[in-house]
Amino acid sequence: MTAAGRRFGAWRAAWPLLPVLIFLGFFFLYPVGQLLWLSVEIKGTGALTAMHYQRLFASTLYVKVLQITLETSAWCTFFSIVGGYPVAYLLATTSERRRNNLMLWILLPFWTSFLVRTFAWIVLLGRNGAINGWLQALGLTDEPLSLIYNFTGVMIGMTHALMPLAILTMVSVMEQIDANLPKAASTLGARGGQAFWRIYFPLSLPGVAAGGLLVFITAIGFFITPALLGGRLQTMIAQVIITQVQDLMNWAFAGAVSVLLLVTALVVFYLYDRALGMSTLAGETPSTQGGGGRNPIARLSAWIGGHLLGAIGRLCDIVSEAYERLVPRPASRPTREWSRGVLAFLVFLIIFFLAAPTFFIVPVSFTTDAFIEWPPKFFSLRWYDTVFVSPLWREAIVRSLLVGVLSASLAMVVGAPAAFVLVRQRIMGKTALLALVLSPLIIPRIIIAVALFYFYARFGALINVRFIGTSLGLVLGHAVLAIPYVVVTVMAVLKNYDERLDQAAGSLGANPVRTLWHVTIPLIRSGLIAAFLFAFITSFDELTIALFVSGGLATTLPKQMWDDALLKVNPTLAAVSTILLVFITGMILAAEYLRRRALGRSSAA
Amino acid sequence: MTGTTEKLRVRDLRKTYGQVVALTDAQFDLAEGEFLTLLGPSGSGKTTMLMIIAGLIQPDKGEVWIDGKLATFAPSYKRDIGMVFQNYALFPHMTVHENIAFPLRMRRMAESKIRDEVQRVLDIVRLPHVADRLPRALSGGQQQRIALARCMVYRPSIILMDEPLGALDKKLRDQMQLEIKQLHTELGITILYVTHDQEEAMIMSDRICLMNDARIEQLGTPADLYFKPRTVFAADFLGESNLLDGVVQSAGHGRATVKSAGDAVIKAPAADVFAVGQAVKFMVRPERLRLLDPVESADNVIEGTLDQIIMVGGVTKYYVRLPTGPVVSATRLTRGPVTGLERGTRVRLGWPADSTVLLPT
Ligand SMILES: Nc1ncnc2c1ncn2[C@@H]1O[C@H](COP(=O)(O)OP(=O)(O)OP(=O)(O)O)[C@@H](O)[C@H]1O
Ligand SMILES: [Mg+2]
Repeated sequence: MTAAGRRFGAWRAAWPLLPVLIFLGFFFLYPVGQLLWLSVEIKGTGALTAMHYQRLFASTLYVKVLQITLETSAWCTFFSIVGGYPVAYLLATTSERRRNNLMLWILLPFWTSFLVRTFAWIVLLGRNGAINGWLQALGLTDEPLSLIYNFTGVMIGMTHALMPLAILTMVSVMEQIDANLPKAASTLGARGGQAFWRIYFPLSLPGVAAGGLLVFITAIGFFITPALLGGRLQTMIAQVIITQVQDLMNWAFAGAVSVLLLVTALVVFYLYDRALGMSTLAGETPSTQGGGGRNPIARLSAWIGGHLLGAIGRLCDIVSEAYERLVPRPASRPTREWSRGVLAFLVFLIIFFLAAPTFFIVPVSFTTDAFIEWPPKFFSLRWYDTVFVSPLWREAIVRSLLVGVLSASLAMVVGAPAAFVLVRQRIMGKTALLALVLSPLIIPRIIIAVALFYFYARFGALINVRFIGTSLGLVLGHAVLAIPYVVVTVMAVLKNYDERLDQAAGSLGANPVRTLWHVTIPLIRSGLIAAFLFAFITSFDELTIALFVSGGLATTLPKQMWDDALLKVNPTLAAVSTILLVFITGMILAAEYLRRRALGRSSAA
Repeated sequence: MTGTTEKLRVRDLRKTYGQVVALTDAQFDLAEGEFLTLLGPSGSGKTTMLMIIAGLIQPDKGEVWIDGKLATFAPSYKRDIGMVFQNYALFPHMTVHENIAFPLRMRRMAESKIRDEVQRVLDIVRLPHVADRLPRALSGGQQQRIALARCMVYRPSIILMDEPLGALDKKLRDQMQLEIKQLHTELGITILYVTHDQEEAMIMSDRICLMNDARIEQLGTPADLYFKPRTVFAADFLGESNLLDGVVQSAGHGRATVKSAGDAVIKAPAADVFAVGQAVKFMVRPERLRLLDPVESADNVIEGTLDQIIMVGGVTKYYVRLPTGPVVSATRLTRGPVTGLERGTRVRLGWPADSTVLLPT
């Protein structure tokens, strides 16, 4: 109490942070901590034990699963970065208008439900799927290839799922790179290859690292894609946690597996922070680079790195010199940078890979067949009928909408004031606070879900309130996940907001509350609505928490889809997915439109 | 000091962005060892011109010749020019040494030779001990000098500088102006410089290329531009000026008379382009105007009432309102407190005919 009181005194101006701290402390930090404690406690005694960990490492089964998880995540990170880099590079170096337009094609898949996108791959890659159909029609193969229920399927699905995250993270770092630097390199005599590999690429590495980190952390907690597109050999650690909790009710062991997952995530984070510093996650370039005054190993690796990049640059230039010898560039005629054309084509292919597959779900939803097949037999609306007639689906849709609105509102009420403080006040430990607020994004979701499930069960029994199987539990849980999005979005708008407007209002005699109400909020209203929409989508799409907390009673739409998909991926799911796709696309376009208007309005004023 | 070898020739350049004309009809030459400044208000096309010369923007029309070779569309890495950017564009992940060595490495010079060369230019910019530091560990003025050193080290034909002192505070700027000027004189480098600060342009340049609204307004020595502006814009942009309306009364043989406000008749040297009856403006610098004693006379005289006297340290400014409305200013070296003159006093202002510049409106 006194400690809290003292802290409150020191942060008098920061009181709007209190709601978010209390809320996250109660529904996020405490439950996660409790779950971790569970894994080392002898049940109910408070004494410590390593029993569950011994079991974890006793059989090769779990070690094997961990190994598969790490391998799959590493490969997925690799493909996401390699594929995402050219897209991020193009986005960061093109004109503002083109960036905004291209960005939509990244944001759409980014926000589209993992479930929907995974179904789309089943349509495409399945035995009777589109790709096998085409291959056979072209006579390239005699019988269907096995494209799913194996490593290939998981890798395609997961890369597709996570590449947008890699791209968005890398773009945010690349945008900070001074556009004059490559130009300066060029005037100093560097051809494109050298200018890129020696200047641009090293400066973009923090973005690569940040993107890689986020993808890796997300990937190790993945279960949707490996469950639907993988086989037994692709079982990942999150699936083990689900089985332990749902089928075996073995909390302590699930806790131990969660710890394993969390420790893996934290170790990766620690290594990352040592190498680059956390600030790069927020899109800032790190301050620890360069040659001077560092330890010999770092110097050596910098030296090797420098020469390696120089050599790659040289190689590129030799190719382009050879090309120029074949097709000379006279100084009297304008020329086109052919490398830019190659890049544009590559980016087009990757964006096609990201955006196009989802649309294959649409025609399948109009099939007359009872199962998913390519090409679909047209035309029937019976699957849409099924969705709207079935009380199960209808209830799920209504609950998802309700939970979405409520949890987004809660996240706004709790998160938006915190954003104001984090942008405007100078307070101690701001970085730590920001890290706390953003941590629900970073800690594997499955851990939060399991922790909440256990906490709900215990706490609910204690105060005699039902959290499990009710909308209340879902709303609270989803708000935890939505808060980071709200804080980040509102912070971005506020950073752009010209604070002199407030000062002007103040000098004209408005008190702070009136200023907030009459000046600030109207100006950033679009930004607030966008934050709300992002929060809503986060909840509307959420499966992991719903999987546990809904308890089979209060089913949300994604949960209903998941249950259905585990039985069989059928055309009803295609119909639901199509509805979702249209709905989410509309929301994203609205949110993006509003966000851009907010950025334009508050800064141009 | 100005050699005769032509380093840069720019012909008829034009660049548009959609509807916006960024640069048009640009044409000038730059001789070896010359310091030419592009001066003009914001948006007048200075950066556009520099970027075209550097090869970072392709023009819609026109030609650029560097060292006698056509280079209009040559890539910038083949142009043998150096460029200092406004924010210096030092590579943040490289030490000062690596930054300066970069252009030499691109030219595949031997490492031992590179070391000597880097040290040589660091000595020139008087920062011999910073080679191992990162750019961000240097002050603004030091970064500026390193940017210059990185440019000089490979001895390019021309060095282009786009408002290189824009980010520095006034005092440091004054100091750097002198340093750059000194380097230019000592090393005989050819410099094309951009600024929108007329004082800076006057201090540093051999010639000034005054730009306005995507065009070259006037090109000449600082003295030319100051004493013989050819347009109202040029007269107004450089230094302080009094600009008054008038109508040509007589013209010919290199002189003209102009009837101005209050029936004063003003004599001025004039080219033969002015016709009788034409509406013109004439310009006279404040320091050429004198308050006349009652009996004193001058080539040109106008009368008015004293509006304000402001002492600005070394000079005192007298603002005189003419009967027709406009206020003209006259400056005089301060010689002790002003006595005997008050607001509202009727005064006569006089100046020599050859200090009058006739300008087309
Ligand atoms: N990439 C661009 N797209 C559209 N218009 C441009 C672009 N670059 C320059 N312009 C326009 O061209 C004109 C000339 O611009 P330029 O940058 O050459 O001016 P400047 O003289 O360097 O100005 P400043 O002193 O502000 O740097 C301006 O009207 C500017 O708005
Ligand atoms: Mg400019």
